[in-house]
Amino acid sequence: MIERALVVGAGIAGIQAALDIANSGYEVVLVEREPSIGGHMAQLSETFPTLDCSQCILTPRTVEAGKHEKIRLYTYSEIDSVRQDENGDFLVRIRRKAAYINWDLCTGCGVCQEKCPFKVESLFERGVGTRKVIYTLSPQAVPNKPVIDAANCRYLQSKWDIEAGRIPAVDAKGNPAKPKCGACEKFCPTGAIQWDQTDTFHEEKVGAVILATGYDLFPQSRLPEYGGGRIPDVIDGLAFERLLAASGPTAGKILRPSDGKPPLEVVFIQCSGSRDPERGVPYCSKICCMYTAKQAILYKHRLHEGQAYVFYIDVRAGGKGYEEFVNRAMEEEGVVYLRGKVSKLFREGDKVIVKGVDTLSNRTVEIAADLVVLATAIIPRATNPQVAELFGVPYDENGFYSAANEELDPVLSLAPRVFMAGAALGPKDIPETVAQASGAAAKVLSLFQRQRRTQKEAQGVLEAVAD
Amino acid sequence: MAIPYFPGCTLSTKASGYDRSGRAVAQALGLEFQELNEWQCCGATFPLSAENAMALVAPTRLLRQAQDAGGQVTTLCAICFHVLRRTQHFLQGHPDVLERINWFTEEPYLGNVRVTHFLELLRNELTWESLRAKVRRPLQGLRVAPYYGCLLLRPPSEIQLDDPDDPHILHECLEALGCEVITFPYQSECCGSYLVVNKPKVPQQLAQDILTSAQRHGAQALVTACPLCQYNLDYPQKSVSGWTLKLLPVLYFTQLMAVALGLPSEDWGMENHTVDPRPLFEPYLTTVGQGRTGGDR
Amino acid sequence: MSRIGVFVCHCGHNIAGTVDVKAVVEQLQRNGDVVFAIDYKYMCSDPGQQLIRESIEKYQLDGVVVAACSPAMHETTFRRTVSAAGLNGFRCESANIREQVSWVHQQDKEAATQKAIEITASIVEKVKGNEILEPLVLPLTHRTLVIGGGIAGMQAALDIAEAGYPVILVERHDHLGGRMAELSGSYLNFRAAPDLLEKKIQQVLSHPNIQTLRNAEVIGLSGYVGNFRVQVKQNPEAEETPVMPLDELQPLTFTFDVGAIVVATGWQPYDRARLPEYGGVEIPDVVDGLTFEKMLREGGVLRRPSDGKIACEVVFVQCAGSRDPEHGVSYCSKVCCMYVAKQAMMYKERVPDGQAYVFYIDIRSAGKNYDEYVQRAMTDYGVLYLRGKVSRVFREGDQTIVWGSDTLTGRAVEIAADLVVLATPMLPSRGSAELGQLLHISTDGYGFFNEAHPKLRPVETLTAGIYLAGVAQGPKDIPETVSQASGAAAKVLQLFSKDEMTASPLVASVIEELCAACGACVKVCPYGARQIHPIWNYATVNAALCQGCGACVVACPNKASQVRNWRVEQVMGMVDRLL
Repeated sequence: MIERALVVGAGIAGIQAALDIANSGYEVVLVEREPSIGGHMAQLSETFPTLDCSQCILTPRTVEAGKHEKIRLYTYSEIDSVRQDENGDFLVRIRRKAAYINWDLCTGCGVCQEKCPFKVESLFERGVGTRKVIYTLSPQAVPNKPVIDAANCRYLQSKWDIEAGRIPAVDAKGNPAKPKCGACEKFCPTGAIQWDQTDTFHEEKVGAVILATGYDLFPQSRLPEYGGGRIPDVIDGLAFERLLAASGPTAGKILRPSDGKPPLEVVFIQCSGSRDPERGVPYCSKICCMYTAKQAILYKHRLHEGQAYVFYIDVRAGGKGYEEFVNRAMEEEGVVYLRGKVSKLFREGDKVIVKGVDTLSNRTVEIAADLVVLATAIIPRATNPQVAELFGVPYDENGFYSAANEELDPVLSLAPRVFMAGAALGPKDIPETVAQASGAAAKVLSLFQRQRRTQKEAQGVLEAVAD
Repeated sequence: MAIPYFPGCTLSTKASGYDRSGRAVAQALGLEFQELNEWQCCGATFPLSAENAMALVAPTRLLRQAQDAGGQVTTLCAICFHVLRRTQHFLQGHPDVLERINWFTEEPYLGNVRVTHFLELLRNELTWESLRAKVRRPLQGLRVAPYYGCLLLRPPSEIQLDDPDDPHILHECLEALGCEVITFPYQSECCGSYLVVNKPKVPQQLAQDILTSAQRHGAQALVTACPLCQYNLDYPQKSVSGWTLKLLPVLYFTQLMAVALGLPSEDWGMENHTVDPRPLFEPYLTTVGQGRTGGDR
Repeated sequence: MSRIGVFVCHCGHNIAGTVDVKAVVEQLQRNGDVVFAIDYKYMCSDPGQQLIRESIEKYQLDGVVVAACSPAMHETTFRRTVSAAGLNGFRCESANIREQVSWVHQQDKEAATQKAIEITASIVEKVKGNEILEPLVLPLTHRTLVIGGGIAGMQAALDIAEAGYPVILVERHDHLGGRMAELSGSYLNFRAAPDLLEKKIQQVLSHPNIQTLRNAEVIGLSGYVGNFRVQVKQNPEAEETPVMPLDELQPLTFTFDVGAIVVATGWQPYDRARLPEYGGVEIPDVVDGLTFEKMLREGGVLRRPSDGKIACEVVFVQCAGSRDPEHGVSYCSKVCCMYVAKQAMMYKERVPDGQAYVFYIDIRSAGKNYDEYVQRAMTDYGVLYLRGKVSRVFREGDQTIVWGSDTLTGRAVEIAADLVVLATPMLPSRGSAELGQLLHISTDGYGFFNEAHPKLRPVETLTAGIYLAGVAQGPKDIPETVSQASGAAAKVLQLFSKDEMTASPLVASVIEELCAACGACVKVCPYGARQIHPIWNYATVNAALCQGCGACVVACPNKASQVRNWRVEQVMGMVDRLL
């Protein structure tokens, strides 16, 4: 068995697992689909229950992983295929997507991003902010190398149009047609822009695998009763994190998307899609109760005169200091908790009307809100089933990986030498994810160290015999 | 084409205008409503308890009638539709209950009737394009707000007509008639339903909310497919003391169709409305007066 | 005169957008100890590091200051760069002009530039006095002590043993399995759990790398990470020594050297006597969750303890003490919602005609398939859930009356029950506080051990080499416990992956001539790194334990205590420069 591990996904789970293995002296191949590592944790503002800044506690880890001599990082990359050799080692083919930038030449100076004239909606900012067409996910990105979003790049599109003959190869004056724009190329001090870059394939051999592919949020478009994503002032939890984040599009000021005004009445709706077998997912997403309490507290800290309402079914605050944290939201910060579901919401003038029920007073409630934050369900990445099938790992009807035994062997998969960690197995919060990621790392280290010690002992026996 | 048709109690009494306009429109579109030979009340509510098989006897008997009439039945009343469709859905999943009922009624129902709402027939079989082609008086500029209510669409997993949170079927119908269709947030709120019998204040308050919102969004009329919704939204406008809202006619979609298809006013069935909708159509009648009255009949 | 080089980083626009980096360079060039200063876009990039390496050689630099981001970010990077050029890494320091300057003073560029200049200049003062140091090398014992033989301890022990390292597993009781052995089953596969546990126990007992000591407790600890010395006391087992009366047997004491310790001491149930409103311990038909598990394990129809009649009406009371600051437990015990659902379902299987009621505040079924599981209890098993607290439980004839409220209907509820099951809080195990003191690890207000960081270091303690697993750290269920136990094992394996340890040399030292052996430093040291030398009579520092916090420096009346590279004259030099 080759003593190298593959970690798929470089969110906090993947980073933790990779660091635990790499710090034990083994090589790790860390593959991340996005241009930089950190996963969803990089999008968060502060974390419950201590209100530590997420970026601040995460950055040392991303930097360590990014610089680690034992970690080979493949960002902007995906697993293309996997096969196993006769020793059970995995031969993994990794596809690195074309970034149109030579990262060896790029110094990450950021000039290209400044000069690029085109802005598009940023997925990282969850629709409440924009990015350039040449971009990094955040200023703290690791690695701090940009990629070009080809679908929106004027140069690449016009270049390909010319090549495909969709634009005449010669213009009206008889000059050969040239691709438009190219601002990044003009200003790049190291000549790192590489227009003809294509996807590249890399083969890596590893002895063990950890799948840590993380989660997504239930799309608002599937919640028509909550506006189906068409009301600008109805946003999801991650979008609100971006509004709260000091590094976010509003620099931490809470301004609603429609008109940029500070929202004075904010309604948080828990279980938006969760615990709803009819229209959403049947399971509980586990983290929403806590992050909603946190968001409501942070909102109150930033806008003292504002009012926050939280609709909930059950408040699930099981964890160290969690119960006390939610109580603080209710009692000290004056967040109004209403036990009930919101039946629908709609836009009326510049307000969002939220119609719900308070099951404790048995009354219907109507709130004219300035901003509504939906704690949408945690769902597995759409690619989970594909990744699972590549590695021969079973997954459940919701798309989460299944463990060999959910209770006593939660990180073991049924496939030998393939382990799993984090929210790809089911919703869980950061400490649980980190502990589990270390747990998965332990399984890999057990494998490697046992082999190493057996070899050493065999060596010892040989030497003894030789003596 | 002959379509087995179940009018139901309300359309035979209070909501006869819905029935009249519906039959006339169907005929004008080349469909012939063929009333079931023998029918009784559908039960008016779908039982909440799955174990209550007795409450399903009435709708099952209707389905059996439809079985004799060719295996299909169409309704106009949203409540009848709701009860029949859900009964059909339930019986398909519970053959044991069906067997019990058949033992009781001694008229075996085989369980295969197709229950449709007239709107569904229009959308799936006639298609909106052919409806549009048959319009004689396009109701251009008439701002109407579809009001779906609850029972026509819910529960979506059983009814499977349209998305209750983002419905389109009435919108599309009215657009085909040339109307300017308005979407307002209360379009699938409850009207208060049978609470009008014992707690009339509840539907009155709801009517006020619904009508206010529709007017705020610029509607000149509300259009529904349910006789109870029509009643709950229409009657309080003149009978409740202190009603201050502007009057807003509440129509059945078939009535608008009757006008748009160019049918004579006796087919509209608008005599018994609390808020008379007929003045709305005056601008459109003159255009048809120029030699194109009467539709296809 | 020193030969210091100053490297000012733009960090793209992060620094250069606010701080006039050219002005910083210019000002620093005027400093007599600075022989070279330059600015660059990204010092941490490969060309930036190359620039530093080349300049060291070209200008014969004997010290480097990188004015850039926080040292937490890139100190290691730059020290490695400097070492590669042949200069001792400890002659390189970071001046933080990003987090402490550009990011916080974006509005006032002029003042920010001035502050950047002063901070950088003060770090130049510090580097002037930096000693040349090498990392400390310490021996490492590749053996682990696991305290607690419940599912957490067993899992950690197995993961470590599987990697080939010896483990000593100390269990206070005469059997392994801990609280899990008291359960009738776990929730999701409640029939299979006892077999699964038995399998784990057999794996532990038969593992060649695990030495299990039952009836044993840890009574002493000395040393530090990689080099702990542990004393364990083992009480004799009655059945193994039938020839002598038990009270004449002396407990055995063992001493072991271990490199790492996993604390997995688990939990104990709350004392019901502290719940008089629920009948305390007086009413025979009121039991707690663990007792009910025992009743379930016995099999057969469920009968009430008082008179053996079949329990036809059973009331489960969740949060019987938890989430209740009045009872001293303001936290949630996390597992009760799930085990109550399980118990209610198992009860219904034993007594199909019986009725189970559950009083709850919130249903906390957050976990894979947990919500669906509780739904099944409600819909498939007909368990009646009532949202509200129970105010009183008392005896009336042969029945137990439960008074509660249903907050959803707003009504008071009275149930004449045959059996009442209280889901009482999980408390840290008996003796946790003492063990914490022995191991120098802290506990929270309730007695659970504190992790190093609530988010990112959940299995480590602040004492290097000591890790946490399971409920000892806070209430958690079996899957979470098992994950965490493996996590703790990972930390041990990581520590053991090297033959010896290296540690930072930035620790305290004592100027022997100045030391009066007053012992002030011994008292203030939070890591137990100080002692007075018994022969030479001055304070000594255990470099492996010292974390360089500087408490001793402040405490020492003679200025005999110093922290390497933070010596008083260096710090005063920095302060002088700033003022």
